[in-house]
Amino acid sequence: MLTPMPLDLRMALARTECDLYSNLVTRATGRAVRRQLESMLREMQGHRLAVLDFTHVGVLDFSCADEIVAQLLLRFGAGLPAHAPAPSSPSYFMFRGLAEAHLEALEPVLEGHGLALVAEAEDGSMTLVGTVDADERAAWQLVLASGGGDVAAIASFSVEARLDLHARLEALARRRLVIQTSAGFHPLRHH
Amino acid sequence: MTTILTVPPSLDDGSFETLLQAVAAVPDDARVMLDARHTRWSSPYGLINLLTLAQARGDRPQFIPPEDSDTVSYWARAGFFRHAETLMEFTRPVPTKAKTGDSNFFLEITPIAQTEDVQHVVAHIQDRSKAIMETLGFPARGSVGFSVVLSESCQNIIEHAGGPGWVAVQTYNWQKRLGRRVVVIAVSDSGVGFKTSLGQTYSRGATDRWDDAAALEAAVLRATSRFRDPGRGQGLAGIRKYMGKWEAKLTVRSGTARIAIVPAWDDDKALVEQLAPFAGAQYQIIIPQAVQS
Repeated sequence: MLTPMPLDLRMALARTECDLYSNLVTRATGRAVRRQLESMLREMQGHRLAVLDFTHVGVLDFSCADEIVAQLLLRFGAGLPAHAPAPSSPSYFMFRGLAEAHLEALEPVLEGHGLALVAEAEDGSMTLVGTVDADERAAWQLVLASGGGDVAAIASFSVEARLDLHARLEALARRRLVIQTSAGFHPLRHH
Repeated sequence: MTTILTVPPSLDDGSFETLLQAVAAVPDDARVMLDARHTRWSSPYGLINLLTLAQARGDRPQFIPPEDSDTVSYWARAGFFRHAETLMEFTRPVPTKAKTGDSNFFLEITPIAQTEDVQHVVAHIQDRSKAIMETLGFPARGSVGFSVVLSESCQNIIEHAGGPGWVAVQTYNWQKRLGRRVVVIAVSDSGVGFKTSLGQTYSRGATDRWDDAAALEAAVLRATSRFRDPGRGQGLAGIRKYMGKWEAKLTVRSGTARIAIVPAWDDDKALVEQLAPFAGAQYQIIIPQAVQS
């Protein structure tokens, strides 16, 4: 299992000399914050599970949602097509503290890029946000319910036979919505 | 020779067009004098566009302030004279240093030239946005959406205008017109406008028309950006989403055309062409008080 690395958005904001603002607004601010986050990520070795906590973010506008969240996901491989080679040290992202107002900005941005992300609620429950079809969602929920493992173990949690589960799990891993290791597929869980 | 242009007694987005028609008849190199002696009222759209007009002329037009002392006082508190001082020549003294602030102005006239200005505006309005939403009868949680709309509107100045602009937010009672209170966001710049901004990269077929109306349709209705990235152009699309949610009206004017997202309570035209030419782009968002069911 990966050790999660919290990426402090406030610290990233402070490093961009925007520490007066707890609001993530304007494309320039988003770009500066994302570059700080990328720099923090580069300090992490191997497979990386980064937790971005929005709890203290007031306003998130569409431009910042695009520059920080969508561009971060894209740059770390979440939007790669099926035939593209995976990055040697993939990064995974989990998003915490997303309020309804944040989601109003995030959802259209994610949909614009065909992206999705894993959001963790205060009670620890996880949901998918963004562009996800019903089959992907069902496969992701199986990984969550099973706690992860090889395809057979995950499939045993399904009431119906899913011949293409492996392909779906690989697609979820490619989208950075589950973690793929030599032992199988795992949820982006941090405890 | 100086051409005198009369500022309408009541200055809003509609009557401002009358002023622009008069401006269009004046040669670019002619001196103009804006005569606001008989002006008694102006919407935030009217005030910031007087500033934009002066910017666009670039020759420090002369300005005759309103005769009515209440109007002068109100414009001073809106910050109009403070900013106009740098762009116009007043024919008589006006309170340019007057303290700004009025309960009807959620955001006094504020210049927008760089990213930091947008951050300041959002930070400033954040404390007041809950009051704005409560004024309108919306849940306070909608206040973040208000800040987002304001942020994206202002960012269009920085992203597309190629020059500085202005923003103001005001509330007033639209008793005669609507029988409800409204909050108005007005944003204006004297930059290159949508036709030039999008025309730099927007690909179109050889037979497609490309004029101000087409550029506005592309930007407002199809979320087209001058950038190829699919993540761009979502600001205006996002603003439109909120317009539907709040039953609000959005108008965007650029060049010689104006496009509108018209709610059920209004009967404005969705697209108006062949207006008098004007620099840059002008936005107006009118959010009416929610009808309690």
